[in-house]
Amino acid sequence: MIKDANGLIDYTEALKNQSSSELKLYVSMGTCGIAAGTTPVLNKIYQTIEEKNLKDIIDVVEVGCMGLCHSEPCICLENKETNEKVYYGNLSEEQVVQILEAKFDTELAGAKVLNKTWNTPEDEEISDQIQTRIVLRNSGVINPEKIEDYVMRDGYKALAKALTEMKPAGVVSEIELSGLRGRGGGGFPTGRKWQFAASQDADQKYLICNADEGDPGAFMDRAVLEGDPHSVLEAMVIAGYGIGADKGYIYIRAEYPLAIKRLEIAIAQAEELGFLGENILGSGFNFTIELKYGAGAFVCGEETALIHSIEGKRGEPTFKPPFPAISGLWGKPTIVNNVETFANVAAIIRNGADWFKSIGTEGSPGTKVFALAGKINKVGLVEVPMGTVLRDIIYGLGHGIVDGREFKAVQTGGPSGGCIKADKLDTPIDYESLKALGSMMGSGGMIVMDEDDCMVDIAKFFLDFTLEESCGKCTPCRIGNTRLHELLEDICSGNGTMETIEKLKTLSAAIKDTALCGLGQTSPNPVISTLNNFYDEYMQHVDRKKCPAGVCTKLVSYTINDKCVGCTLCARNCPVSCISGERKELHHIDQSKCIKCGVCYTACKFHAIDRT
Amino acid sequence: MQETNEKTAAMIEHLAAVNKILEKYNCDESKLIPILQEVQEEYKYLSKDVISYVATSLDIPPAKVYGVATFYAHFALEPKGKYVFKLCDGTACHVKKSHSILHALYDRLGLSDDKQTTDDLMFTVETVSCLGACGLAPVMLVNEDVYGQVKPEEAVAIIDDILAKAAAAE
Repeated sequence: MIKDANGLIDYTEALKNQSSSELKLYVSMGTCGIAAGTTPVLNKIYQTIEEKNLKDIIDVVEVGCMGLCHSEPCICLENKETNEKVYYGNLSEEQVVQILEAKFDTELAGAKVLNKTWNTPEDEEISDQIQTRIVLRNSGVINPEKIEDYVMRDGYKALAKALTEMKPAGVVSEIELSGLRGRGGGGFPTGRKWQFAASQDADQKYLICNADEGDPGAFMDRAVLEGDPHSVLEAMVIAGYGIGADKGYIYIRAEYPLAIKRLEIAIAQAEELGFLGENILGSGFNFTIELKYGAGAFVCGEETALIHSIEGKRGEPTFKPPFPAISGLWGKPTIVNNVETFANVAAIIRNGADWFKSIGTEGSPGTKVFALAGKINKVGLVEVPMGTVLRDIIYGLGHGIVDGREFKAVQTGGPSGGCIKADKLDTPIDYESLKALGSMMGSGGMIVMDEDDCMVDIAKFFLDFTLEESCGKCTPCRIGNTRLHELLEDICSGNGTMETIEKLKTLSAAIKDTALCGLGQTSPNPVISTLNNFYDEYMQHVDRKKCPAGVCTKLVSYTINDKCVGCTLCARNCPVSCISGERKELHHIDQSKCIKCGVCYTACKFHAIDRT
Repeated sequence: MQETNEKTAAMIEHLAAVNKILEKYNCDESKLIPILQEVQEEYKYLSKDVISYVATSLDIPPAKVYGVATFYAHFALEPKGKYVFKLCDGTACHVKKSHSILHALYDRLGLSDDKQTTDDLMFTVETVSCLGACGLAPVMLVNEDVYGQVKPEEAVAIIDDILAKAAAAE
């Protein structure tokens, strides 16, 4: 138990003075890594270290996400003295022994070498120029299940500073001055939100961390919770002190079992050392944190719906005002902030508002974490200062589109966002510029699409999602989106007319104006943005009854031409076995059975399949 | 009379686990969601009987419990198969053609969007909202195991494998 701020300094010093091995071996143990097969690699590493008696030379650190999803399983070997560092990726168990022998000799190691997100040292320089890590400062560097690792990297120092050197009002105003805005998507100034709750005179206030990351294509919050859970806990205690709340909840998706496990461990450790509980660091301030598990409802990302869910009710939103900061959980003043927002707080308190404001743009200070996915070469997690241009992220960090294909669009903001096309790639991104492009920041998913993706289909995909997730409370969202979906279905199946397009536009505008909550009001965004940016593609569906990307199955057919050499690859790949033909003979597709999935088209190496 | 007594005794035994869960949460109405989550963990789904029993114990109308149970995607009102295939339907998986995996699985098991569990309660195939493993798209969960960058034929092979093992065990 650490009793006060000086105790924390002594504790940190003692940890730093502990002798450690010369080499550190970081093993990426996030969900992505484990799913890609890191566990057997890790076991092999432990086994080899034991067998070769390397225990005194190499420290193994099981870390969270390194952001290198494209090369999992991956490890990083570091020499603490010389700062020499090498990343090995796409590892198999068999490579472990050789790597541990070769160490930094990459030729001898015989494994794929990565330099951070990069393949060459020059690339690494570009990466360092583009990326700035505040939120992910500890992800991939510390063992998230060891509080000592976090403390050694200035962990809980901000808490000590806030509790001993600052008044609650000072904490709130520091966050307000920093210009930090909500990273969950809305972008509301965090400090101002805290101010509302702080100024309420109430016997009980609550603080909630929204970890119900539901946007399809977004995994930033999972990475933070899996890689650096203490940064969120520390921020919550600071926020609780600022607004005068002594009870915090983390509302987390049940789909994230590893994040839940690491949070449970982190909470227990923080309680044991006295960063949570009563009389924290001798300040007289008390704060506890409880986990609440989501049960699978996207709308619970909306703060009033989330609050109802914690109360044990259906997660339906209610009209604001009153805002939760005035009347929230059980009618008490409540602040709801997103995981990434919290992950910025400790750094701001430690380094000051001016430091934070020096990063990013004037209107949107700081950084933003993006989850790069879709048809991009380097799928992964990146953190860039606000104001970075999209091109730097997609081509600089993401290494462009797979197979050298043409970039078509990038989807940001999930079901509330929109698709941005190639001519807007040089836009510096922040909350306002993305809004101006008809999209939004959202929580940070970036799905890259190429010429094989149909924009009408993408709009329909998001409407599918919204239909499934609409809580049904208000008519515009419940019925309006059902009609929008039907109109899109008409277009995709060749029954669209100009009238359908007109109806799409009017109905979208009406839903935007009249829906009850943020989910409903933004639900037509995918339709509006694709209509604005890819109007031609809609017209192709309506006028020519063709889907240029070949996705809308009712508008395409696949046939085999005489370039077919009878290699049988298409037949072997066909999921419904509708391709027949002998070896070395022309094959044939049974149109009545074909589900038009396009797998044969992608598989064929001889351009023998026509898509019309 | 004998028969009724036996039925009651069986029901009491059947609901013993629910009692334990209700006690753990002090029959607190605000804990309804965690209560239902644990009940489902125990029985694999929420039956009508269980819903009524929970409602009566918490002193709230069954309609309210039913309302909560139908609102959240995680609650199943019907039994699921022994092997649950959950196919991620996030954006990244969608653009990487997760639907062709779904069709392949449906085709292999004779299932559809309207009928997602096989009659022998062996397999359930369903789509789930984004699992947040977009780096591995398309992603599929079979019970708790994660499969990344799945191809349709690999998904079908998993079924064949399970069936072959089941046949060998018999």
